[in-house]
Amino acid sequence: MEDMKPEDITGEYQEVTLELYGWGPRKILYSEIESPYPDGRLIVSRTDTKGMITHVNQSFIDMSGYTEEELIGAPHSILRHPDMPPAAFKDLWDTSARGEKWQGYVKNLRKDGGYYWVKATAIPNVRNGEVVGFTSVRRKPSRKKVEECIALYPTLF
Amino acid sequence: MPYNFTVSPDFTPDHLSGWFIFNTWIQKQLGEGFHLELYNDFESQRKAIEEGKVDLIFANPYDAAMLVREKGFSPLVKPASKSDEAIIAVNAESPINCVEELQSGIKLASTDDPDVHMMGMIMLEPADLDKTNIEMKSCDSYVLVAKELLRGNSDVGFFLAEAFNDLSSMVRKQLKPLVSSQIQVVHHSLMIGPALADKKDGFRQALLSMNEDEKGQGVLKSLGFSGFEEMDEEEMEFMIDLVDTLLF
Repeated sequence: MEDMKPEDITGEYQEVTLELYGWGPRKILYSEIESPYPDGRLIVSRTDTKGMITHVNQSFIDMSGYTEEELIGAPHSILRHPDMPPAAFKDLWDTSARGEKWQGYVKNLRKDGGYYWVKATAIPNVRNGEVVGFTSVRRKPSRKKVEECIALYPTLF
Repeated sequence: MPYNFTVSPDFTPDHLSGWFIFNTWIQKQLGEGFHLELYNDFESQRKAIEEGKVDLIFANPYDAAMLVREKGFSPLVKPASKSDEAIIAVNAESPINCVEELQSGIKLASTDDPDVHMMGMIMLEPADLDKTNIEMKSCDSYVLVAKELLRGNSDVGFFLAEAFNDLSSMVRKQLKPLVSSQIQVVHHSLMIGPALADKKDGFRQALLSMNEDEKGQGVLKSLGFSGFEEMDEEEMEFMIDLVDTLLF
């Protein structure tokens, strides 16, 4: 996974370097342009136990702005937006590591620097008693819940 | 003793005879007796599964987890290019034009078809609606869901997309779809129980080559399918995991 490039970004943007879990530093370029979540769709991905993407559906590709080739093998944190508090992802990983389901509202980063809100659910994939990876399914969130998160998340840094 | 075959109770009435024709085809292919038992609702079908009275099932995706993880069933095939999708609709005269405009306290007409109901409820979430703030009426068929909307007894209805499209054009014209799911990976599948496990490979092969001969094509046509596609264990596990996330 590379740093984000100015030529990929739409509109005005800000720059920040994030320390991504299991990866290291990544230069992030992000704008204030929101993409609405498409009605009736589910964004689906699977990762291995280390959080590397092994499968994405077309909705994931469409909403993230990356190609399938760019996504497969990349860390799931390729979607990590700087407005998301690290505590939310710590909770996700701690919960998943216990073999439990996790659900939360997430602001995801697009390749073009824009963002989209989702209601995300992650569950461990258990095969023959062993966790072999994780499935994450994102659906359209309620705007009211998103507004609550917009107010809450800045307080969690 | 014949083996027992059953079909998810949400099959369309037009294909009732098709399932009996398919049952005859199975018997000829496997050289074994099969009894087709159709249940009126999901509850009585689940009771029969629980009591070990089912050996082969064309299963609703909602029941797949229970069949695989508790009853030792495994997937054989799925209908080609035929995923289950849901539509949320209102009366065409309704002032509501999108899900977000639906308000707490609405009256919902739905069926006991579990995967469609689950997908419909997920598509209501953007309006902050869930089972605690809607009034639900359970209908025996999608035609009755449509009637509920036309008569103004319910504000909103859940439909299997295929069933919605099968409504007469006169009825459809009086309805307004608000949202259609495009999930694409949730579908019914033919699943085989432990008693038939040793016949799995040959049976699957016969199903996959059904559309290669005239007789097989006729059976498929009576079911409304163009053919069957293989469904392996991992694809089934993926669908189960996905449904699991939607139930959470």
